[in-house]
Amino acid sequence: MIEVQHLTKRFGQHVALDGVSFSVGPGEVVGFLGPNGAGKSTTMRILTTFMAATSGTARVDGDCVFEQPDRVRKRIGYMPENNPLPPDLRVADYLGFRAELKRLANGKAAERVGEVMEQCGIADVAKRFIGQLSRGYRQRVGMADALLAKPELIVLDEPTAGLDPNQVRSVRNLIRDLAGRHTVLISSHILSEIEMTCDRVVILHEGRLLASGALDELMAKANAVVAEVKTTLANAREWAAELALGQAECAEQPGGYVRCRFANTTTDDVRETIFASANERGWPLRELSRQAPSLEDLFVSLTRGREGGE
Amino acid sequence: MSVFRALVRRELSAFFQGPTGFIIIAAVLFLIGLGFVVVLSGLNGQATPMPVTQVFYGTYFFWVILLLIAPVITMRSFAMERASGTYESLMTAPIGDWQVVLSKFTGALIFYAILWLPLLVCSMVVRFYVGESAVLELGTMFTSALGVLLVGCLYMSLGCFASALTRNQAVAAVSGFALGAALFFTGFFSFFAGDRSDWLSQLARHVSLPGHMESFSRGVINLGAVIFFSSLTALFLYLTHKVIESRRWK
Repeated sequence: MIEVQHLTKRFGQHVALDGVSFSVGPGEVVGFLGPNGAGKSTTMRILTTFMAATSGTARVDGDCVFEQPDRVRKRIGYMPENNPLPPDLRVADYLGFRAELKRLANGKAAERVGEVMEQCGIADVAKRFIGQLSRGYRQRVGMADALLAKPELIVLDEPTAGLDPNQVRSVRNLIRDLAGRHTVLISSHILSEIEMTCDRVVILHEGRLLASGALDELMAKANAVVAEVKTTLANAREWAAELALGQAECAEQPGGYVRCRFANTTTDDVRETIFASANERGWPLRELSRQAPSLEDLFVSLTRGREGGE
Repeated sequence: MSVFRALVRRELSAFFQGPTGFIIIAAVLFLIGLGFVVVLSGLNGQATPMPVTQVFYGTYFFWVILLLIAPVITMRSFAMERASGTYESLMTAPIGDWQVVLSKFTGALIFYAILWLPLLVCSMVVRFYVGESAVLELGTMFTSALGVLLVGCLYMSLGCFASALTRNQAVAAVSGFALGAALFFTGFFSFFAGDRSDWLSQLARHVSLPGHMESFSRGVINLGAVIFFSSLTALFLYLTHKVIESRRWK
């Protein structure tokens, strides 16, 4: 569905994208993950034909986004960053206008607008001005617009940014509903967001592709194990160095315990090793747990892996 | 075509959904009324050899209103879409850049035409009180309207160009005003040129907007003026299109 090769975008001196390549198959839900300024929005803008890349190629369903923008635009439903909408229009009027731009047949347009409003749960605000809507509703208006022409590819730039937990959940459900019927590309800088909605993830950092693949595989390499043992800080440090399970941080806790956090960069479960070792020394162990990585951990592990490889 | 119509309708609705359009109309209505009263009291019941339209366009009311209002009409066209971000969803819809440029231009032009409708009423008033149809012929009214429309094409295209260059509406208005005023002032050279026939004076006569407008208000359709206005309009629309397209340059 999407083929991106060696995509590079420069704004003057600033390199926003640096030779990014990835591909997305039909029906996949793929997340773009990365901190602000990683190049997520730039990639999306190039894919949706809004801007051209400095070099590299991008194809949507075989059509080049630079040479056949009209064909690409017909296949895409796009919600830009911050979901910009005209505040002076009523919800139904705006969607009607967008339906006309997307060349939905006159008779079908009204029907389709009704459908997407129903699907996105905004039918009850159809007559309200967009400017008066809450952020959650506005987000769903933007998504309704993206769905309008039943596009093969739906691109949503930060669909959950700035929403409260309930709204996030409803948007998330909406995205999950789309899976299978549409190819969906969403971006986020929150790992758990992507984790809950996407089959696959593309991780960008400072314009470069850090990793792409199934999220669980990437996460398995970035988990951390936490152990609390009763000993002195110095002993614990020595112990951690001896175990050599990757970088470890030790900190004193009340009650004579030391909390050690081992950054695990392998897929192996190291809890057994830690337990056995603590047992051997006769140190009481009051916690031993595996922690899901934060985005930060993932970055650390990925960048480290890269440096090691180079 | 239906896409184009939808875009133009959206442009016009943007004027009338909020107070903007009505405020502009009110301001222009006030200025036209003021100009009309001054012109009438200037005539003061005396006979004049000129058609009334020529008297109006001969005074600077028309030009002052035009120069001040034109950039206000067009300032929002692209700048606001850029500032609010709706530009992105507009330009990724399956529509062409030319459709966007021409619809913004057409929307502004239609609004501009609506602005000058009160002039018709003014003409009716003159005709009613003078009671003599010779003062205001249908012919001169038509050519004057054509002149106003052509000047409008030029100023709307120029304003769209200024608006396409920035995301700030105030900057769009000021630069549009500067461009429009510069064009207008250049025409002033023709007053000083007199009968001289050097190339500069000839050029000055060609770009003299009041000069062109004068012939329209006299009831003459000057082909040179028509070509002058339409070619400049085309130039500015082309430049606007280039600016819009530039986002996709590598």
